[in-house]
Amino acid sequence: MATQRKNIIGKLVFSLTAGCAFLCVGIVGWIMFNIVWGGRHHLTWNFLSAVPSEGMTEGGIFPAIIGTFFLVIIMSVVGVPFGTITALYLNEYVHRESKLAKAVRFAVNTLAGIPAIVFGLFGLGFFVQFIGGGIDNVFRGGDMLWGQPTILWAALTMALLTLPVVIVSVEEALKQVPRDLREASLALGATKWQTVRKVVLPNSIGGILTGAILAVSRGAGEVAPILFTGAAYFLPHLPGQLSDQFMELGYHIFIMSTQSTDVTGTLGIQYATTLVLLLLTFTLNFSAIWLRWRIRQNAVAA
Amino acid sequence: MQLLIPQEEGTEKAIRTGFTFPEKRPDPPKSESPVKRTGWSLTPKMRVGEWVIERGIQGVALLCLSIIALIFIFVFREAAPIVMGKVKVVEEVSDIGAAESYGDDEAAEDGMAAAPELAMEAKASDETIDAKHILGLEWQPVSLEPRFGIMPLIVGSLKVTFIALLIAMPIGIFAALYTSTFAPKWAKEIMKPTIEVLAGIPSVVIGFFALVILASVLQNVLGYDSRLNAFVGGFAMAIAVIPIIFTVSEDALAAVPKPLTGASLALGATAWETALFVVLPAATPGIFAAVILGFGRAFGETMIVLMATGNAALISPDLFESVRTLSATIGAEMAEVVFGDPHYRMLFFLGTVLFVVSFGLNAIAEYFVRNRLMKKFKGG
Repeated sequence: MATQRKNIIGKLVFSLTAGCAFLCVGIVGWIMFNIVWGGRHHLTWNFLSAVPSEGMTEGGIFPAIIGTFFLVIIMSVVGVPFGTITALYLNEYVHRESKLAKAVRFAVNTLAGIPAIVFGLFGLGFFVQFIGGGIDNVFRGGDMLWGQPTILWAALTMALLTLPVVIVSVEEALKQVPRDLREASLALGATKWQTVRKVVLPNSIGGILTGAILAVSRGAGEVAPILFTGAAYFLPHLPGQLSDQFMELGYHIFIMSTQSTDVTGTLGIQYATTLVLLLLTFTLNFSAIWLRWRIRQNAVAA
Repeated sequence: MQLLIPQEEGTEKAIRTGFTFPEKRPDPPKSESPVKRTGWSLTPKMRVGEWVIERGIQGVALLCLSIIALIFIFVFREAAPIVMGKVKVVEEVSDIGAAESYGDDEAAEDGMAAAPELAMEAKASDETIDAKHILGLEWQPVSLEPRFGIMPLIVGSLKVTFIALLIAMPIGIFAALYTSTFAPKWAKEIMKPTIEVLAGIPSVVIGFFALVILASVLQNVLGYDSRLNAFVGGFAMAIAVIPIIFTVSEDALAAVPKPLTGASLALGATAWETALFVVLPAATPGIFAAVILGFGRAFGETMIVLMATGNAALISPDLFESVRTLSATIGAEMAEVVFGDPHYRMLFFLGTVLFVVSFGLNAIAEYFVRNRLMKKFKGG
């Protein structure tokens, strides 16, 4: 009897946990299906390559795609080297248990936990007003150019937000570089920096790339940090310089679904924009996963 | 000893049919790096370059550290006059006026447009900005007599967060338990990427999904009045929180030492008894950390609540009432405020609250993972 009851409870526990696990799969499927279903008619080449027209109720999302593209490019140019160097420091230059390493690691973890909207406030207070406003006051005699939301400030804010992503992923790659390689290099008389530059970095280039891709994916999806550091509702022209504002996919979804003049009429546009953003982030994420898998395979093979 | 080894493997294989152990995680690399020990090159001329590069790299890493400080300073700086006012309750007008003008350097760009208003706003600020009013029950920033009571916003944030955790906690933890203990290999291969995909969905997409689909579905099922409310927001937030809870819990569960589970099974416990009464309790600190991190994420997340909660600053026990959270307030109102006025400072104050809360939660989670969990497993 006792064993029978145990078996029943066991089956219950098993099915409960399995149910929860497959519920997660179901949620993902549900979201994907709905977005794909809703956006399937609207997603045409014309939609991707046209500018919004008729007061944002017709036309495409070309400026938003370009804006997102510029944003993540500037973000990566700043964030990836910064993150890579920090990861190098943590992995190659400092004792794992040293106070400094622990402090930096704690900072990185904290950075990962700070809400995106706080980054937005920081971007506004620090980049836009302190740095941008400062530049305007000192170099331009108070003539306002940098002291307002721009794509540069938005990208820098986003770079800080995605920094932990880069650091974690580069660190993982650095750990995969076999210790023998470093020792061989040092034994041959190379200095520490030579070893890092000629041996460690080339061997972890995949990890750096993974980090960059994941950061881009994260950056393309976050909206809160750019709400008031540079994103615009509608712009007639593409961003041509760093001091321009820009349109962005995520922001476009947000604004179209909450503040559009005709929310129900533009539902197709909203769905299709969401689908584009989703496809973009998934493509990026999957290539990152694939890259990471390749790195692991290589590490095993070596 | 040699005799024991094949036997051990045999047992493992037998167990594996019903109960899969997580693969042993690789040990962290040995603490002393070889680079450290080998030290300097013997050629003196290289040393200067090496030294400069090393300092440079260290400098960049320390920049990371200073970013945290900068974020706090710059978010707090804009909110400072409010906190000053809070400490002094209502003192002299001049004092707060001075604090106000401190921020006016940045607001100077607003130039003439803002100037005539500033005097009035400074006056308004020492009426509204003191401790009593900050903790007031009404948030009406845009009115003739603005009220900046943050209580409705805090209640709103907590409501959404608790609903989210109530849904995400069981799902995330049980799914993690399944994946780390019961799941056959194929299920594991499905779960890991699924959770990565779920974690990769941008919050604005979840927000859109909640706004357009989830809200209608839930309204049809539960039949409440306001279409966008705390429950819809919390439900959508749960989708965003599940990956965090799952990942951190799964790490903790998978890190439970094998001998522990082996001993339990050897004593005759079934697979589920081992999972529930040995693995789960052993990983409790890690799971606790997972919940705390989930709480932090839900508390600070902006886009989902901005789109799905209806954004009405109400205090009510009803879960199906529209709410406005701290983060959504910042997101919705920052675009419309005048730089430097009390409303603007108040929004930065809300940001400071979010920063402090997330910082604190992070520190607690870190403590639980680093100290409690790892000590427990190392037997220290």
